[in-house]
Amino acid sequence: MTIWLDADSRILVQGMTGSEGTKHTRRMVASGAQVVAGVTPGKGGQEVDGIPVFGDVREAMVATGANVSVVFVPPRFAKAAVEEAVDAEIPLCVVITEGIPVHDTAQFFQYAQNSGATRIIGPNCPGIISPGVSNAGIIPADITGPGPIGLVSKSGTLTYQMMYELNDIGFSTCVGIGGDPIIGTTHIDCLAAFEADPATEAIVMIGEIGGDAEERAAAFIADNVTKPVVGYVAGFTAPEGKTMGHAGAIVSGSSGTAAAKKEALEAVGVRVGQTPSEAARLMRALLRG
Amino acid sequence: MDLYEYQAKHLFDSHGVPVTAGEVCATPDAAHEAARKIGSAVVVKAQVKTGGRGKAGGVKLAATPDEAQARADDILGLDIKGHVVRRVLVTEATDIAEEYYVSFLLDRANRAFLAMASVEGGVDIEEVAATRPEALALVRIDAIEGVDEATAARIVDQAGFPAHIRDQVTAILVQLWQVLVKEDATLVEVNPLVLSADGRVLALDGKVTLDDNAHYRHASHADLVDKDATDPIELRAKEFDLNYVKLDGEVGIIGNGAGLVMSTLDVVAYAGEEFGGVRPANFLDIGGGASAEVMSNGLDIVLNDPDVRAVFVNVFGGITSCDAVANGIVQAVGALADRGTPVTKPIVCRIDGNNAVEGRRILTEFNHPLVEMVETMDDAARRVAQLAGGAA
Repeated sequence: MTIWLDADSRILVQGMTGSEGTKHTRRMVASGAQVVAGVTPGKGGQEVDGIPVFGDVREAMVATGANVSVVFVPPRFAKAAVEEAVDAEIPLCVVITEGIPVHDTAQFFQYAQNSGATRIIGPNCPGIISPGVSNAGIIPADITGPGPIGLVSKSGTLTYQMMYELNDIGFSTCVGIGGDPIIGTTHIDCLAAFEADPATEAIVMIGEIGGDAEERAAAFIADNVTKPVVGYVAGFTAPEGKTMGHAGAIVSGSSGTAAAKKEALEAVGVRVGQTPSEAARLMRALLRG
Repeated sequence: MDLYEYQAKHLFDSHGVPVTAGEVCATPDAAHEAARKIGSAVVVKAQVKTGGRGKAGGVKLAATPDEAQARADDILGLDIKGHVVRRVLVTEATDIAEEYYVSFLLDRANRAFLAMASVEGGVDIEEVAATRPEALALVRIDAIEGVDEATAARIVDQAGFPAHIRDQVTAILVQLWQVLVKEDATLVEVNPLVLSADGRVLALDGKVTLDDNAHYRHASHADLVDKDATDPIELRAKEFDLNYVKLDGEVGIIGNGAGLVMSTLDVVAYAGEEFGGVRPANFLDIGGGASAEVMSNGLDIVLNDPDVRAVFVNVFGGITSCDAVANGIVQAVGALADRGTPVTKPIVCRIDGNNAVEGRRILTEFNHPLVEMVETMDDAARRVAQLAGGAA
């Protein structure tokens, strides 16, 4: 078992005809994911590597049975694309696009909440992979195979790094939730899903400076998570007031520091590594202990 | 991007929010002229992007143009929490009857917006929130519905504004929400919002943070960037479209992906404790799928930082191909030599992931005395800290 993405996942790619969309469609297909459709307004009837392209999401879902969308459209068109997917009531919409204005994200997130039919992952995220089963996004499929660890992370490359460090054990599902100030799926959503997933035995949670998502995740773990959790937080040395690459990664005053997040996690029994490799060692010891 | 008070007030004014008239001045003479034009008592206010200006002596009253000139002379050049004052705002002095607080901001936790309002303004609002939470009205704002007159009135009533200014404050809240939405701001704060002795409600101060992701739909926001206050290396990195932040250490850092680079900064700082406390000199994220050219530009920027004693290239190739990274290093080292400024600082590389074998082969073949490869992130951090510490 996995969370949200399984062998029945049929993926459509919004923005498949663009260069990023085409490139990553090929990577997803090569990794064994079932990519069944592309969607680009005005380009219905075309094909990319034999995969049919449709003019809108609903049409693509009806024709192909797609139940997951991966969005690669540029920032200025992203809000319309996501709202189109929500209107079509696609169950899962993974927004890879980086650089979406936060007002747009706030609106399409609220739009999805109002509809209640669509889970959004991202934006500005690498997507979700259930190794050996399916792959929706840009996470490289050859780093690790299936296994008992669930992973949730704001950062793409730290996701890859952690998958690599623990590739001898393997992962059920890895979710890159994205580094923007507003994201559709949170650490808490992933923790709850991993807790409920029988194939996941332990969870790695990677956080970074900014906001208080890690602190809230810690409170959630205390009350709701019985599986062991190992944590890692990036940005201990980040200065106040400087945005560190992700739009959401900024320490303002005493809020959002890595130290506060580590402390909150450790207080509820999460073992927190000081470096990614230490976190990996903690996880390995825990599973092999 | 945070705005200066005078920039925030310009935005307020353009959306109809009442503000006091004023002029931004870079010299005492200009302050004299501005005060003369206003023709009444003025306040001279330091323009810095930090709080606590008043306590630091950055806000002074002046009764005459001569006084305004003298106060501007005092304030210009002042260092307020590391921010040197290069401009003052000379603005008409207001006879204040009462001080309030209002703001709209992005509420990350609730994935919506939040209105905050209090009739106890002019003070540190975080302190009010901590000590007297009942004095601060918090109203969740739906991102789609926004703030219309009815919502604004609800905020006003919840905060307990006096009845005789209810309509004025309601109108201002609707206008401030327009500033937030129309300008793509993530924060619009007025502290204090005041009631003047003659019964007008005015924004006496203003704080605005704009969303950098939205610059593409606001051509005018480019003019709000304070180029003089931006680090020259950061400006140059921006020209190359690189995500760079200058820090105060000695180890140049280049990596791919914001999270991995942040993590690299930490690992280097930990390792540096052993070698005289060397620390990262910068944050530089070359991004996903970086080409050899991007890598080369990045290395050029970092090597040209005089504070840098050694460089750590830490790449985990997910989309990025490690052979492109290796080729970028070879190109940059070659280009610097061609320019007559050959590399003199050691470069420690840890490359893993996509096409790592080919990347390592390229660097092994390059066989440059200053470029070395280390297998793991932790060991590489230790090595680069040792090199940077030893070069002191």
